[in-house]
Amino acid sequence: MSVFSPAAVIAAPQVFEVKTLASRAATALPGSLLESALYVLLAVVWIVALLALTGLALIYLERKIAGHFQCRLGPMRVGPHGIFQTVADTIKLLVKEDFVPDGADKVLHVVAPFLALTATILLLVILPLSPILQAADMNIGVVYVTAISGFGVMGILLGGWSSNNKWSMIGAMRAGAQIISYEISATLALLVVVLFAGTLRLSGIVQSQADGWWIWRAHGVGVVAFVIYVIASTAEINRTPFDIPEGESELAAGFHTEYSGIRFAFFFLAEFINMFLVAGFAATFFWGGWMPFHVGGLDGFNSVMDLVPAGAWFAAKTSALVFLVMWFRWTFPRLRVDQMMRLEWKILLPVGFVNLFAAALVVLYGLYFFPGT
Amino acid sequence: MTVQAYTLDDLVKRLDPQATEGASQQYFLNLGPQHPAAHGVLRVMLFLDGETVVRAIPVLGYIHRGIEKMGESLSTRQFIHLTDRLDYLSALMNNWAVARTVEKAAGIEVSPRAEWIRTIMAELQRLQSHLLWLGVLGMDLGAFTPFLWGFRDREELTYIFEETIGARLTMNYVLPGGVMSDIHPEFAARVKKYVAYIRPKIAEYEALLSGNVILEERLRNIGRLSAEDAVSIGATGPVLRASGVALDLRKASPYGAYDKLEFQVPVGTVGDSWDRYWVRFEEMRQSIAMIEQLLGGIPEGPHMSVKPAVKVKLPEGVHYGQLETARGILGVFIAAAGGSDVPYRIHLRSPTFNNLWSVTRLAPGWRIADLVAILTTLDLVIPDIER
Repeated sequence: MSVFSPAAVIAAPQVFEVKTLASRAATALPGSLLESALYVLLAVVWIVALLALTGLALIYLERKIAGHFQCRLGPMRVGPHGIFQTVADTIKLLVKEDFVPDGADKVLHVVAPFLALTATILLLVILPLSPILQAADMNIGVVYVTAISGFGVMGILLGGWSSNNKWSMIGAMRAGAQIISYEISATLALLVVVLFAGTLRLSGIVQSQADGWWIWRAHGVGVVAFVIYVIASTAEINRTPFDIPEGESELAAGFHTEYSGIRFAFFFLAEFINMFLVAGFAATFFWGGWMPFHVGGLDGFNSVMDLVPAGAWFAAKTSALVFLVMWFRWTFPRLRVDQMMRLEWKILLPVGFVNLFAAALVVLYGLYFFPGT
Repeated sequence: MTVQAYTLDDLVKRLDPQATEGASQQYFLNLGPQHPAAHGVLRVMLFLDGETVVRAIPVLGYIHRGIEKMGESLSTRQFIHLTDRLDYLSALMNNWAVARTVEKAAGIEVSPRAEWIRTIMAELQRLQSHLLWLGVLGMDLGAFTPFLWGFRDREELTYIFEETIGARLTMNYVLPGGVMSDIHPEFAARVKKYVAYIRPKIAEYEALLSGNVILEERLRNIGRLSAEDAVSIGATGPVLRASGVALDLRKASPYGAYDKLEFQVPVGTVGDSWDRYWVRFEEMRQSIAMIEQLLGGIPEGPHMSVKPAVKVKLPEGVHYGQLETARGILGVFIAAAGGSDVPYRIHLRSPTFNNLWSVTRLAPGWRIADLVAILTTLDLVIPDIER
């Protein structure tokens, strides 16, 4: 077994062993405290790096994509093709005056952006980027995801409320109504996949798609759930056509009207990372996450697909979904607040419930593709 | 006549005695003068019940420059410079309105070529103005892309103007008796090229905006202005026509070369935001058709029928002239003392001023987002409101 044999690799499908940084730390703990601590440190550095770099990349991408949608070039001046524009803007935001308006609730005003960003970081921890690039995994992963994404609205509500500005308050109230409403549909869509996968653990959900991604294995209900999830989560992260809490042409800047400098940057960063997270979770639940494109039984084909690293699969799927969400933004006008609520409560929610029921039947009778494996 | 000064609180109480008593749910909010949807410095006082507008009162005076007063110490020819600053998107039509009034009063003949140039320039500018409006509408409804598309297509027209006129925005081109300079030799060819370019673009906008279900949801049945209300407010232009009143001075009392042109006046049915949107969209098509017809026969002759005189003395009396700008009827009222080229009094009836007041009837009952949609479909240019 000392000689590497390509034939052997192709013959046997790769088995993905999930090793999160947290589990590595736990495994190392009885032997060496230092090694365990190093793993924890690595996880922290990984999350911070992911946060910063994804933020930079996404903001740059958004500008470039917007530019090309609008028949212009986007940033071109700072660095080749403007790649350092976001860095320059970050520096600008860091050195800008940090402003708390007169009459604002100072404590809440300061705390709110941190709350928004905290929710985002807590979600990044659990996002499975590849079998080895996941900071932590837990048996109640889906519950955690829905709970924490609901927590993000706190930052927006408090930020708008504490600003002592009516526009901010209207924005915050809109955000509260919107995010909490769409949470339900997003959760219902995720539950469909939970039914199929039979687990709440995110890595388990990815591994349950080793025979094929749920979006096509689930016989239609997966597609419906995916569409509901994309719409609902676009609303949850306040992106056009659901950018109602910010609605710059209506509410000046909505809940972050009174924010400047680094605190505004926190809201801004949280918003962009949330887009990455939503795309990442959609990819994880419906498009197999880091799982390569597999068709149950076709071992040869699956082995060829395995040649592309798991992380690359995740990156490709997430990028495609991020592009989709950006495409929405640069094409659609904004919905009105009551139309947005109508879409949720009268359309998405009933469809989501019916779809969940249908999914339960599909699972119960094993009607989906490759139920045996 | 007595003029009484009110404080803001008095004004609010006067306008709505119930506004302060027994209405604990209502609150007051200023939209503007610094607000992204105010397109400049429009201020609308809003009484809101949650997000629903109970009352909307426009407040003016933030960009009042006293143009009419300045007109009392300038000759009419000098005054034309200032009219560029009224509705800067119809600068050339404003010039023309004053020039027409002066020509009518002083009996100045205008050569067919000058009329032709004025007409094609006016139609190009109407198209330009509507393109800008289309972009701004998209932005106000939350879609940023149409804004840049509108500006891109407008820019090409600006170059065409610049080539002949030398200015991009404040044109100051039309003078009593003709136009400042003859068209550039390349003008006709460039306009022809532009028409070929813009036709498919209009279809593209149709696909991007008109076909969008969200846009339709945001505009359809929102802010209905009945024909009676429109007439009683004195609304003109696309706002009036969207309410079903087919009054277009280009058709009703043709001036320039409009009587030689074949075109239709698009008219709405219910007067909602969608109708106002659709009327302007259709007007762009009509403008393109008119420009194409105008390109067919350019009359020969001088571009200026009289030697451009600095002093045009108007006979004593009251003179009025009007024409259809991109926003409606611009009326120019000149009271001349006689014997002088400086009028005794100048008053302008600006279309946007009257159109703006329809907000007070349109906004109540709708939400803030609808108010923004209503304001944008009224196509407001604030300097035109205040003068």
